[in-house]
Amino acid sequence: MSEKETGAAYSAYVLGLADDALIYSHRLGEWLTWAPALEEDMALANVSLDLIGQARSLLTHVGSLDGTGRSEDDLAYLRDERDFRNVHLVEQRRGDFGQEMARMLWFSAYQKALYAALADSADEQLRAIAAKAHKEVRYHHDHAAQWVVRLGDGTQESHERMQAALTWVAPFVDELFDDSGAAVAAAVTAGVGVLPSSLRSPAQASVEAVVAEATLTMPATPKWRSRGGREGVHSEPLGFLLAEMQYLPRSVPGARW
Amino acid sequence: MSEGTLPLFEVFVRAKRGLSHVHVGSVHASDAAMAVRNARDLYTRRQEGVSIWVVAASDIVASSPDEKDSFFDPAGDKIYRHPTFYEVPEDVEYL
Repeated sequence: MSEKETGAAYSAYVLGLADDALIYSHRLGEWLTWAPALEEDMALANVSLDLIGQARSLLTHVGSLDGTGRSEDDLAYLRDERDFRNVHLVEQRRGDFGQEMARMLWFSAYQKALYAALADSADEQLRAIAAKAHKEVRYHHDHAAQWVVRLGDGTQESHERMQAALTWVAPFVDELFDDSGAAVAAAVTAGVGVLPSSLRSPAQASVEAVVAEATLTMPATPKWRSRGGREGVHSEPLGFLLAEMQYLPRSVPGARW
Repeated sequence: MSEGTLPLFEVFVRAKRGLSHVHVGSVHASDAAMAVRNARDLYTRRQEGVSIWVVAASDIVASSPDEKDSFFDPAGDKIYRHPTFYEVPEDVEYL
């Protein structure tokens, strides 16, 4: 395979990473003015902006890899639901604050392991993006951990709700570490990506350490699990999210300010 | 949880090595560890600092505005406390 063909083959893998960051950044952005305190509004917005930055770099890279020459904006705003490759975890509706911290704890643990592993990627651009992003997601994980510990080891009410939040997030976790799909295979063969299943053990270890410190327990294996996000099969909330996120560029193409 | 139930912390940021920490404002947080993180998000967004201190606002003992007269005014007429009565020798560059 030529270099160009290889790039096109694994671009879907990079697109998955980009869409995870993009969609989760949108969900976190929804917290602005709704967080428990002004300080937390700022913290969540900072995390959201970090993720937007990652999404922008990754999407730009996808546009050059897949040979279509699409810009970051084309990819973010002009694709339909079935063309998004993010996992179901990040598209779920905003729940209570405990649920958000449970989701951020898992997602940042996953990203932390991912970006650490991508330091050895054969793709130089991806390596550079991962190096920068790794510092950011370490802070995201710390932020979520601080809150999970305080809510878990707080009042009886906060303990129960934090425990329920861990149960809520559990069915979406397996999908993060799912190896299936042609995109992963192509990326691993090219030495560009890592098998998601290889990230499970470090990610789970950092989540379990926080859960133990928070006097919480890891939930039992859920009876169902999400799947399909990496193939473009999504849950209901994504369509509504995209409608909001893409409204302006689609109604007023090329709008600038 | 309302903002009113979270204690207030005063934030001090050191801009770079060699300078001292300067008071920049305050944050609400559930405890000191969270206050450092909130301060990071509020006051060092544009690389304003290399170090942050926080201290619970309730731990600060301050002079009272009511005592301003007895605290500060007596220094007003003691001009000999200012180092203005020395002649600086010509070859002393840095003083």
